[in-house]
Amino acid sequence: MIDTIQKRLLAEVADLHEVPEGAYNIRANGQMASRNTTANIDIVSKQDASGIDIHIKPGTKHESVHIPVVLSQSGLKEMVYNDFYIGEGADVTIVAGCGIDNCGVQDSEHDGVHRFYLEQNAKVKYVEKHYGSGDGSGKRILNPGTEVYMKENSFMEMEMVQIKGVDSTARTTTAKLEAGAKLVVRERLMTHEDQQAVSSYEVYLNGEGASADIVSRSVARDTSYQKFDSRIIGNVSCTGHTECDAIIMDDARILAIPQLEANDVDAALIHEAAIGKIAGEQIIKLMTLGLTEAEAEEQIINGFLK
Amino acid sequence: MTGRKWSVTDIMLELRNISFEVSEEENQKEIVRDISLTVENHKFTVITGPNGSGKSTLAKLIAGIEKPTSGRIYLDGADITEKSITERAKLGIGYAFQQPVRFKGLEVIDLLRIASGRQLSAADACAYLSEVGLCARDYIRREVNASLSGGELKRIEIATILARGSRLSVFDEPEAGIDLWSFQNLIQVFERMRKRNQDGSILVISHQERILNIADEIIVVADGRVAQKGPREEILPGLLGTSAAVVRCTGKEIIPERNADAVSSDQ
Repeated sequence: MIDTIQKRLLAEVADLHEVPEGAYNIRANGQMASRNTTANIDIVSKQDASGIDIHIKPGTKHESVHIPVVLSQSGLKEMVYNDFYIGEGADVTIVAGCGIDNCGVQDSEHDGVHRFYLEQNAKVKYVEKHYGSGDGSGKRILNPGTEVYMKENSFMEMEMVQIKGVDSTARTTTAKLEAGAKLVVRERLMTHEDQQAVSSYEVYLNGEGASADIVSRSVARDTSYQKFDSRIIGNVSCTGHTECDAIIMDDARILAIPQLEANDVDAALIHEAAIGKIAGEQIIKLMTLGLTEAEAEEQIINGFLK
Repeated sequence: MTGRKWSVTDIMLELRNISFEVSEEENQKEIVRDISLTVENHKFTVITGPNGSGKSTLAKLIAGIEKPTSGRIYLDGADITEKSITERAKLGIGYAFQQPVRFKGLEVIDLLRIASGRQLSAADACAYLSEVGLCARDYIRREVNASLSGGELKRIEIATILARGSRLSVFDEPEAGIDLWSFQNLIQVFERMRKRNQDGSILVISHQERILNIADEIIVVADGRVAQKGPREEILPGLLGTSAAVVRCTGKEIIPERNADAVSSDQ
């Protein structure tokens, strides 16, 4: 059921070369391609909409869930809702990701909404990779929406990567944190040619001692456009940090809008934003080590986005 | 290629009538004035001179970071004046920055791998770091970013030159910002390099007496010109105590970073 192109996409977005261990749900061209559940992790198809519910039992430790999506059929547009219920004290890794290969002339689009409900003391590492390929003139479009609801002392680390081939993306992430909850986001983004990428965060620190750390590193090349819009709202005694660090190249454009809103005297919020080109002396240093200018640039970018 | 005093086999690098000018508010300022000099094979040569004498510019001209206004540069008898930084690196010229560059994201091991031009094993990378007195395990995965002190960065810079293994290694004020690492260790690095790299030459820009002490050849540059050159035995006695070009060591093994910086503000 999974063809060669889809296999390649799976390797790109989920590092999957074989059937993964643990629970998984692989979606290919709008259909469920394969699924596995475990004693602690159940995956159920939604009845009223396209998508799945993932239930992780309280106390589940060191298990993983893979839910990659691949599209290789040109012109396919889909809207999917995936809901994750992570039980109290569970500690799991969730790997999502979407790969689109579009060889046709019609646009292919995957719009996914992921909702995470973390119970008390639950711990999640979430990895999401986006990848596009194919030489058709049809666009590869990905619009992920992520909602995170975090109960007391829960922890979530989100790693979001989009390095190649996605023509247009609008990512919206909202999170609401209760007391002692902690959210860490590491976003890495590279845009080429005339690609457009918008990434917006809205993080509400609603419980005492909640904290958020949102860091985006991005590279914009050619004539691409990026917008990073990150907003942290501190309603109680809490800590928040948002950072956007971007390398601009060629004729690209970048807009960074870090926003902080403190509604409590003990809300400690920090934002940092930096946009700049690659420093000439960095290139010179690598050239003295034998790299060409283009190779030096590549190394600097790879390191920056690592 | 006529009129040269040495055969090609003796001379690794030759600068012939090199001048370098920069534009400064509509005026041309001459930093290097008609310098001719040679660096021989298997030799440890130190270029010294007062601050602002053009020493660091010479190092940049050799590495290709600056292009001379006039004059030619030869490596092993071949004209490399028009060669790029990359081409010169590939031909065997290594260059250690006076003020090393920071990179967000690139790790120490990445830099050492690029320098060595091969898939360096962690053990090999560690060996280079140990050589410059860094506890390798703590550093190999560190990002070469602002979290490193100036002294740490400087030693990593020297480690990249060791990993590069160039035939001609040029160090621009290697002692600058060495921090809590003793001078003696830096001297030992040079001595080991000299022993190991039998075919190679080392060219150091420095005005530290201790580095001049281990030189085979000393070239004194003043006001953009070569003032003196010759074997250490001939040149050094005349410099000691008489010239501002030489900073005497106080006998302290540890050079605090700010002091080291204070004597290295060339260019």
